[in-house]
Amino acid sequence: MDDVNPGQTDRTTGKTVAPDRTGGAREPMVVIEGVNKHFGDLHVLQDINLTVGKGEVVVVLGPSGSGKSTLCRAINRLETIESGTITIDGKALPEEGKPLAQLRADVGMVFQSFNLFSHKTIRENVTLGPVKVRKKSKSEASTQADALLERVGVAAQADKYPAQLSGGQQQRVAIARSLAMGPKVMLFDEPTSALDPEMVNEVLDVMVGLAKEGMTMIVVTHEMGFARKAADRVVFMADGQVVEVATPEEFFTAPKSARAKDFLGKILTH
Amino acid sequence: MLDILDKYDVLGAFWMTIKLTVFSAIGALVIGTILAVMRVAPVAILRRLGAFYVNTVRNTPLTLILVFCSLGLLYILQVNLTDPKSPTSIVDNNIRWAIVGLAAYHAAFVCEALRSGVNTVPLGQAEAARSIGLTFTQSLREVILPQAFRGSIAPLGSVLIALTKNTTVASIIGVAEASGLMKEIIENETASFGVFFIFALGFVILTLPVGILFTSLSRRLAVKR
Repeated sequence: MDDVNPGQTDRTTGKTVAPDRTGGAREPMVVIEGVNKHFGDLHVLQDINLTVGKGEVVVVLGPSGSGKSTLCRAINRLETIESGTITIDGKALPEEGKPLAQLRADVGMVFQSFNLFSHKTIRENVTLGPVKVRKKSKSEASTQADALLERVGVAAQADKYPAQLSGGQQQRVAIARSLAMGPKVMLFDEPTSALDPEMVNEVLDVMVGLAKEGMTMIVVTHEMGFARKAADRVVFMADGQVVEVATPEEFFTAPKSARAKDFLGKILTH
Repeated sequence: MLDILDKYDVLGAFWMTIKLTVFSAIGALVIGTILAVMRVAPVAILRRLGAFYVNTVRNTPLTLILVFCSLGLLYILQVNLTDPKSPTSIVDNNIRWAIVGLAAYHAAFVCEALRSGVNTVPLGQAEAARSIGLTFTQSLREVILPQAFRGSIAPLGSVLIALTKNTTVASIIGVAEASGLMKEIIENETASFGVFFIFALGFVILTLPVGILFTSLSRRLAVKR
């Protein structure tokens, strides 16, 4: 909690202006404006507006089916949107092809089910992007991969295959794989939901470390502890809408909306 | 029975069978991979073209395809695959057209084996590939196809065995492979079980190791998830 400045609430003038821990509005990194999407009859994203500033950590909370994962996946266009715009570092998301691939290279994504390349070793998983997309030499990429694997604590497993690692280790490799691209922003889509309880913290520790280093992060999660500890802002979604945006302090102690009160009541009583 | 082996070039005929098999298999693998990529491409017209090829060729008897290659393309349309003035042009043309026909026919089966392999690759693999900035082609080459090939080794083995035996159809356009020689021997000598046995054994010797090899490969190279 110590890195959340309670004074920032005064500066939180609206949803689209990102507050800053040290004061003053941040430069926007991800800008989501008027985004809509349907899955059949289900209006899964309803006129979503959200701006995430450079270096900001935004945690998206909400009940299942609230559209939070869809929003996260829309930011690197793994889900298409029907209307509205999403810009990343001033550039609008391209429709398809090379420009989209180039933009995705700047946006790290960590999945619930890890999705490490099953036929490649841990080191190859981390070097593939840098070699093929960033055109680095094999040896340069390999050195970088070893450093990243060291940082997430799985250096000893570099020559193994994903299936030989525990879930927690796989997810940390997945984070290293994203970091190897030098992303401007990292998206986490329920990164700990598929993990055994005893492995959740090893992944969250890596994420807290990233947040402290100033990485821009959008994290969809059910880990309230992480939200309290690392988030600059909490975005609460329900039924495809952004219901509430607040600092973790505000959100957990005095939620404004009835939906948020209901949600917190259900998860915090146990 | 053994005098047959002395009088006729049985090994030579099987050598032709092997050559037909190897060259057609390489051709079928290349064309089949291209077809499989077309069938999973994000472009609708490519998908339709791929599906059209597979459905047409797979449902046409191989005999028809080889006769079309020989009579239709070679003799009527005069599409030569060798120098028509060379003294062996008839034989060479038939062999090459047989390889083309066999490759084109089995490509449809290779395509479907690969496509079933593509379906063994979880969607998350493609999403992860795209999310690190790989293009469609790069994701196919680096992530999807290597796993799809490993997932389709067993069905590809079945296609290769079928291809080996289907080379016998090439004898109808005058390629001197094993079954052609068998017919020749039966015409010249009397049909005996020995003749059948020699040729059946020959094919078993060719195909059995292929089956064993592909089964062990599919086990060893299986992608562990």
